[in-house]
Amino acid sequence: MIWLNQIVQGVLLGGYYALIACGLSFMYSVMGIINIAHGSFAVLAAFALFVLADRFGVSPFVGLLLVLPAMAAIGWALQRLILQRSARAGVLVPILSTFGLSIVIDNLLFEQFGADTRSLAPYIGSFSYDSWSLTDDIDVGYLSALVFAAAVLVLGSLHLFLSRTPLGRAIRATAEDPDTVGLVGINARLVNATATAIAMATVGLAGAALAMRATFDPYAGAPHLIFAFEAAVIGGAGSLWGTLLGGIVLGVAQNIGAQINPQGFFIAGHGVFLAVLFARLYLADRGSLILSTLRRRA
Amino acid sequence: MSLLAVEQLDVRHGLLQAVRGVSFEIARGETVALVGANGAGKTTLLRAIAGAHPVTAGRVLFNGAEVTQAPSYQRVGHGIALVPEGRRLFARMSVEENLMLARAAGRAGAWTLDAVMEAFPNLRARRHARAGTLSGGEQQATAIGRALMTNPELLMLDEVSLGLSPLVVERVYASLQMLLTSGTTIILVEQDLTRALRVAGRVLCMLEGKIVLEGKAADLTREQVTEAYFGLGRAGREAIAP
Repeated sequence: MIWLNQIVQGVLLGGYYALIACGLSFMYSVMGIINIAHGSFAVLAAFALFVLADRFGVSPFVGLLLVLPAMAAIGWALQRLILQRSARAGVLVPILSTFGLSIVIDNLLFEQFGADTRSLAPYIGSFSYDSWSLTDDIDVGYLSALVFAAAVLVLGSLHLFLSRTPLGRAIRATAEDPDTVGLVGINARLVNATATAIAMATVGLAGAALAMRATFDPYAGAPHLIFAFEAAVIGGAGSLWGTLLGGIVLGVAQNIGAQINPQGFFIAGHGVFLAVLFARLYLADRGSLILSTLRRRA
Repeated sequence: MSLLAVEQLDVRHGLLQAVRGVSFEIARGETVALVGANGAGKTTLLRAIAGAHPVTAGRVLFNGAEVTQAPSYQRVGHGIALVPEGRRLFARMSVEENLMLARAAGRAGAWTLDAVMEAFPNLRARRHARAGTLSGGEQQATAIGRALMTNPELLMLDEVSLGLSPLVVERVYASLQMLLTSGTTIILVEQDLTRALRVAGRVLCMLEGKIVLEGKAADLTREQVTEAYFGLGRAGREAIAP
């Protein structure tokens, strides 16, 4: 029963990982940009919610109404002022500029808020620890369930948005061939700025989840970037439902690892990530080998 | 007033000057064939008119308004459409999605999804297939349909027969026939001289980035065009050039 519990909790944890990986995966699939500042932006959103709650007594859930549009605006500016310019200099430069940006954000937060560890849990009352008891051994926390539901909702609506709406189609076409979309009347720059704004709004949501379920400090961005990155890679970079699956695989592996040995949480997580990565490289090699053999025979 | 006017246009690919001081005008309703050997600058010229390639010098006027510096998506909004060489479809999207993308141009008109399916009946069954899985002829039809969905005033077709079997080329031109007679202004790049002379009202022949021969298709013989095409007999060329 304890194992079943670990799996259930792992799945819920996976929903959280999917939520923080969502923006990363979306930006990679649309613009081919790996946003190293992803984790830092999530922490920035967390601090914004913290300030609203601490100084102005705004509930974090209400605070999201302000923070999500603000994050979207930051995303828009990020694309127009930094990513679009640096992308002209090659594929590596946007990665480097987001790396620089993450250092700037982390240190500005440190200067402003110091090294104290914060959490939004005190501002949401008992919601952070209330739970449903499914059986004697299995409890499902309200917050974990909410975060999981949010992840499914965000990934699901992004998926529908991309496949069903004109703007979603324009985003996919721009991802595939940014030079040709202009010839059908699509403004690629506008589309990319919109896509970054959407991605950054999901980062705001990820920041809220991060800050409500645990603690954060100005340098908490990098560790979260790693989990987001692992979930995105396990799920197949750029695939939205894959990101959810990747998050769940990562979360379950970590929880089962922790059950085997208290040190096992990180080891099992990173282990699964590396195993999937190498399996994929190996299979890709084999796959192309099989294909080329078939072609030679044909 | 001419629909399109190109004045002293220079276009470069880095150090290579692909289009050198090209000037011509096209009146509304004309069908113009742009011919020339590989590397003569035809594709670059069309891409510069469509805004997909920056212009070094000169001007492009459309409907009397200067569009030289306008980005490609704005020119589509003005009514300039290009069917690019190599078709450039969005391979991971369906035929229907490829066509619907062109609605971004915001130009309403006779060309709707249904009208395109009417003009290219071979697409109807493949409507939901990914563009990457289509045959060459179906891909070309989709690319032309996508350009038509922007309801252009000027349609530029860059080598629509490239990489297609003669039978399929015949079919594509059969579907284009309606377009050619409907009064849409068309610039057509075509390697097949006989076909170019047959469908076009006027012929522009390019050589090494310049227009070396211009005239009504009916007035030109195949030999005259061939001569200009390969840059043979300088004297003869000067006699013909306007």
